[in-house]
Amino acid sequence: MIELKDVSKTFTLHNQGSAVIEVISNVSFAVAPGECVALTGASGAGKSTLMRMIYGNYLTQAGEIRIGGLDVVRSEPRDIIKLRRDVLGYVSQFLRVVPRVPTLDVVAEPLRALGVPTDEARDRASALLTQLNIPERLWSLSPTTFSGGEQQRVNIARGFAHSYPAMLLDEPTASLDAANREVVLSLIEDAKARGAAIIGIFHDEAARTRVCDREIDVGRFTPGMAA
Amino acid sequence: MTEYNFAYLDEQTKRMIRRAILKGLAIPGYQVPFASREMPMPYGWGTGGVQVSAAVLTPKDMFKVIDQGADDTTNAVSIRTFFQRTAGVATTTATSDATVIQTRHRIPEEPLHEGQILVYQVPIPEPLRFLEPRESETRKMHSLEEYGLMHVKLYEDISRHGHIATSYAYPVKVEGRYVMDPSPIPKFDNPKLGDMAAIQLFGAGREQRIYALPPYTQVVSLDFEDHPFEASKADHPCGMCGATDSYLDELIIDDAGGRMFVCSDTDYCEARQTAGHKGKDAA
Amino acid sequence: MTPLLSVQGITKRYGAHIGCADVSFDLYPGEVMGIVGESGSGKSTLLNCMAGHLTPDAGQVVFDTRTNGPRDTITMSEPERRMLGRTDWAFVHQHARDGLRMGVSAGGNVGERLMAVGERNYGDIRDKATDWLGRVEIDASRVDDRPTTFSGGMQQRLQIARNLVTGPRLVFMDEPTGGLDVSVQARLLDLLRGLVRDMGLSAIIVTHDLAVVRLLADRLMVMKSGRVVEAGLTDQVLDDPQHAYSQLLVSSVLQV
Repeated sequence: MIELKDVSKTFTLHNQGSAVIEVISNVSFAVAPGECVALTGASGAGKSTLMRMIYGNYLTQAGEIRIGGLDVVRSEPRDIIKLRRDVLGYVSQFLRVVPRVPTLDVVAEPLRALGVPTDEARDRASALLTQLNIPERLWSLSPTTFSGGEQQRVNIARGFAHSYPAMLLDEPTASLDAANREVVLSLIEDAKARGAAIIGIFHDEAARTRVCDREIDVGRFTPGMAA
Repeated sequence: MTEYNFAYLDEQTKRMIRRAILKGLAIPGYQVPFASREMPMPYGWGTGGVQVSAAVLTPKDMFKVIDQGADDTTNAVSIRTFFQRTAGVATTTATSDATVIQTRHRIPEEPLHEGQILVYQVPIPEPLRFLEPRESETRKMHSLEEYGLMHVKLYEDISRHGHIATSYAYPVKVEGRYVMDPSPIPKFDNPKLGDMAAIQLFGAGREQRIYALPPYTQVVSLDFEDHPFEASKADHPCGMCGATDSYLDELIIDDAGGRMFVCSDTDYCEARQTAGHKGKDAA
Repeated sequence: MTPLLSVQGITKRYGAHIGCADVSFDLYPGEVMGIVGESGSGKSTLLNCMAGHLTPDAGQVVFDTRTNGPRDTITMSEPERRMLGRTDWAFVHQHARDGLRMGVSAGGNVGERLMAVGERNYGDIRDKATDWLGRVEIDASRVDDRPTTFSGGMQQRLQIARNLVTGPRLVFMDEPTGGLDVSVQARLLDLLRGLVRDMGLSAIIVTHDLAVVRLLADRLMVMKSGRVVEAGLTDQVLDDPQHAYSQLLVSSVLQV
């Protein structure tokens, strides 16, 4: 489902003496449907960078990143947008939303974008918010005013609203209490069970052990670290 | 009579105005620019109409002038006298006898016949002016037939008053093409504009525009399907002649708010009275 | 798929000065593209060339018309182009007073495009206008009020209603949130996002506000000195800018 071949990434800092920083080189691996792979490595090893490259958020200088047949590295923006809408979900560590939009609509939005009727999308959003223990009185408020943990859960609800065949999870269990952590892990297990290919970053070792089938040490591909 | 060229204007100027008139007749409703001259009367006193009359008058014409329907108001009298002195033409107050009728803000009640010319005095020829002040833009709108704005004006009327409150200078569409300002005639007169046997010429002196309707031209008042055009008038008979089909002026006759309604067309009213018709206020 | 708008080699000079030079891109149905750059970068010149307000010195702006397929709007006749401007195209000005008739009621402002395309039933026009006021969150009781009595944010929403009432397929927006309070901007952005999604609109948004494009635009073009220096997926250009100028632009934004 997700396949990386000889993927490399450099940053060129034009405004800092045109310094070229090589961050990832020659990564190759694949994730099959129903499989969950953890990216590991020390801080700064490039886990999040690699995740963002797979999502198309960072530009990849060399190699191929295929998701369900589409090469993200060489695709037009509109194909990547379609991929993100239909196929590839991403739960980042940060919630980025239009201020003042109610939480319920923030969570329902991925479904609305797919053309799901408003009521149906809101029902699914309500179910997820309930499952993640966001009190109903908060649903009509914008999540921008929420605590970090609440924002994280809204972000997860939004990420799981649609049953994406491929998912990227960046620290989904960070800053969650035990009960909510359990909910998130079961959501991941459910996604795997329905055949989603998942790549995740988990600092939470117990969580990683529980849901991940394999680990890939990104440090191996980081030129600065390997030296 | 030797002090003036016939009908005051020099022949070159009349030629120029006649060309504008002919062009206007060829393109009904289209505003033709012309080099308006200074006339020996202020703007707003019919300088446009006077120039058009001067250009069409011939020594054999019978000239009539009405101001809001009346032959005897200052404006009508002064223009009639002007052409008596500068052209030596015969004048009349009888609508049917006149060959050229200059009018300010009315169409005579008596239907005009072929061979007659009705000359309107026009203060503002551009019907789109009040919503779109840029002349460059209104000319483009005319040339491209973009007349949605005209209905915006009527829409505003209905939204504010519940009906189309525009009661004079009511915009019309000519032969399905140009939207035209019929000069500030009451909308009661609008139906007479269309299919008229006489030639209708419109002159705007200050604005330097001439436009025209040849005989038997199709003229339609703009409206909405659910708010159709209505040619309205005061719902009374004339106090003097008893006419129920003519446009009426409301006169305040005493300090106690007493009022009476009389025909605005003085010639029409007098002719009826002469024929024996009598209204309730007639002496 | 046929692009809705295909811009090819648009160049506009002001004497020796370059307004914009050799700009090309395709916009597909449903796409929202942002154009960012500092003042004088040529983004407004480009927008005005595309929308038919300025005639470019070179290039084509090919629009996929409903009836005749792709047509170069620069060489088409003026009546045709103006007809597009009243039907399939919409233009939202930065200053609402440039896009509204300030002496005409809110309902008349919204209804104008309907009347321009031949609607002649007052009741229908008024119902549609009222419906659109609701969609842009203006109370129906304000339908007969003039925009001069509206706040800046309301005027901008009214301008949007006026533009969208005929169901256009392409909307040009010039700094649509410029000059508005931050809280009013947010409300407007949310509204625009909803309308774009629900109506399947394509839009080109010129702004210098990177937060606006992040929330509204799928794609981004960065302009400098009249030229496009970088283009791509909005979040990619903002989070991993490649060109020196884009990097400077992104790093210059104050964080809050």
